[in-house]
Amino acid sequence: MRLEARFSWLPTPFRSLLLFVVWLLLNNTLSLGHIILGAVLAILIPLATYPFRTKQPLIMKPGLALRHLLLVLYDIITANVQVAILILGPTKKLNPGFVKVPLDLTHSMPITILASTVSLTPGTVSAEVYPWLESLPEGEDPSQRYLLIHVLNLQDEDALIKTIKQRYEAPLKEIFEC
Amino acid sequence: MAEYIISILLLIGGCFVLVGSIGLVKMPDFFMRLHGPTKATTLGMASLLTAAMVFFSTTGEGLSVKEILISIFLLLTAPISGYMLIKSAIHHKLDSIERTTGKDNIEDDV
Repeated sequence: MRLEARFSWLPTPFRSLLLFVVWLLLNNTLSLGHIILGAVLAILIPLATYPFRTKQPLIMKPGLALRHLLLVLYDIITANVQVAILILGPTKKLNPGFVKVPLDLTHSMPITILASTVSLTPGTVSAEVYPWLESLPEGEDPSQRYLLIHVLNLQDEDALIKTIKQRYEAPLKEIFEC
Repeated sequence: MAEYIISILLLIGGCFVLVGSIGLVKMPDFFMRLHGPTKATTLGMASLLTAAMVFFSTTGEGLSVKEILISIFLLLTAPISGYMLIKSAIHHKLDSIERTTGKDNIEDDV
């Protein structure tokens, strides 16, 4: 896991790229003037705001990140259809349940991304990250974290945990190299 | 041609948003109710926004891509609002229906 970017004038490369793209999308144009203005803003704004931010791990493998994003988008579509079928089907047949997933990720940002992906994909909503940080001594990192998720129709707990770990957590670990 | 695409996208989007709302009414407890709005609506809104994109690209002046931004914003905020809702539900110790398994996985607040 690396927190510092390669170039000091570009502390958050992907956020700069995002700013640039959002600027062009907002203006709905590809004219030269807006490209230059967007590029200047994309470099200056992160430089100005960087000192206030907590350092977040950088994406180390952009290609893998893009592939993971496409996989998640595909899963969102299948998840929507599956949940729609579950909702329209008989309610009495659903077996809701809470499941605790042990996490290998340690940093809060990858955990946030994982929790959001879990919320958007098949039949699960992430509920809580354990242990409570307030219950630990000041400044101490928990050795093992858990993600509590609520499942709409729980069939095989172990299989579900395995899917989440392999399909969503493993790529995140590789992307952030942590 | 564009009209057909727009109509189909609008119908798909409308169906998914409707299903999400039905889930909100039909499900027996709070935790199950959350599943509809966090998922079924994201695809519904994405379809509706794609329809808007096609409509304004074919009838207005040139390509319109601003709608992508709204989709991204929805994708970012839907899980977070869902998370805040379920977190407060757990904090208030809301009851889930009886056949819910793994209730002992919920740890007590500090």
